[in-house]
Amino acid sequence: MRAWRCALLALAGLAAMAQPLPDGRRSGFEYMGESTRAMQRDDALNPGMLWVLEGETAWSQPVGAEGRSCASCHGDARRSMRGVAARYPAFDTARQRPIDLRQRIADCRHKLQPQAITAGDAPPALALQAYVAFQSRGLPITPPDDPRLEPARERGRQLFHQRLGQLDLACSDCHDAHAGRRLGGSPIPQAHPTGYPIYRLEWQGLGSLQRRLRACLSGVRAAPFAWGAPEWIELELFLAWRARGMALESPGVRP
Amino acid sequence: MARTLITAPSSARRGEVITLRVLLQHPMESGFRVGADGQLLPRDIVRHFSCSYNGERVIAVELFPAIAANPYLEFSALALDSGTLDFVWEGDRGFRHSEQRTISVA
Repeated sequence: MRAWRCALLALAGLAAMAQPLPDGRRSGFEYMGESTRAMQRDDALNPGMLWVLEGETAWSQPVGAEGRSCASCHGDARRSMRGVAARYPAFDTARQRPIDLRQRIADCRHKLQPQAITAGDAPPALALQAYVAFQSRGLPITPPDDPRLEPARERGRQLFHQRLGQLDLACSDCHDAHAGRRLGGSPIPQAHPTGYPIYRLEWQGLGSLQRRLRACLSGVRAAPFAWGAPEWIELELFLAWRARGMALESPGVRP
Repeated sequence: MARTLITAPSSARRGEVITLRVLLQHPMESGFRVGADGQLLPRDIVRHFSCSYNGERVIAVELFPAIAANPYLEFSALALDSGTLDFVWEGDRGFRHSEQRTISVA
């Protein structure tokens, strides 16, 4: 009986998640077909959960010379990491610049095991990211109210409206001006980063927001910025601000 | 070591039809794609899946290259006795992965 009530509550939560906000912002989830939505909605079916489970194992697995794990400092991720992914990118005082969740985890792991995490979408890093993001599922995206982020976010906004590549298209040309219409056979979403890291059917695997942005840049025939370049973080900052208040769905499934 | 997500009830009433759902992390490389170097990527797929309930075969599945990565299967069984459910995946390059779940039937 209780399990049923939990299931119903969870369903109600997901139904609420699928509603467009009164200001017309809609998650990419709402542009998907019913079968892909069902795939995301059901944890037994969502392949992203495989990475979440991997991250859960990695969370408490000792690494490095001292044999410490994420759990040694942060304890139970279900409590300590709740809402954390919803706040990133955030300003890092050590680096004196904004960083995303991937960089945050990489920096932290670096203290335990210097060679631990490399650039790009390396499997252990991605799994930890998925696990941490999973703890914020259903929580609203809340970009930190930090004046030090403002210049980078402003550069991100300019980048979003900057025409790029041989096709001479800006992000906003599709995702603001033509969202909801179709590009080829596929609907153009509003580009809100609500489900990252996502399981993308096209990739047949899990990928980060940075990987998705790279795909968009090569789509307009522009040379993507290098992995970890500040431009990505600036764009992510602007996107997070643009999607503020929208619920996180990690791990999302996208076509 | 492959990662799996198995949804199976831990208890059931005798005579109840139970639903079993399995998701396996596997690239299912078809053998038809080329890598960044222009060379064909060798085929690496799961070829066979089976589930047994107390040693009795519930389902046996053949899988083929056109099946997407991380194959998901859903099937049902009749709960008759308490015991174990054995799930076995086998594939190319000597891939073999097995999982067990226990079920108590009242």
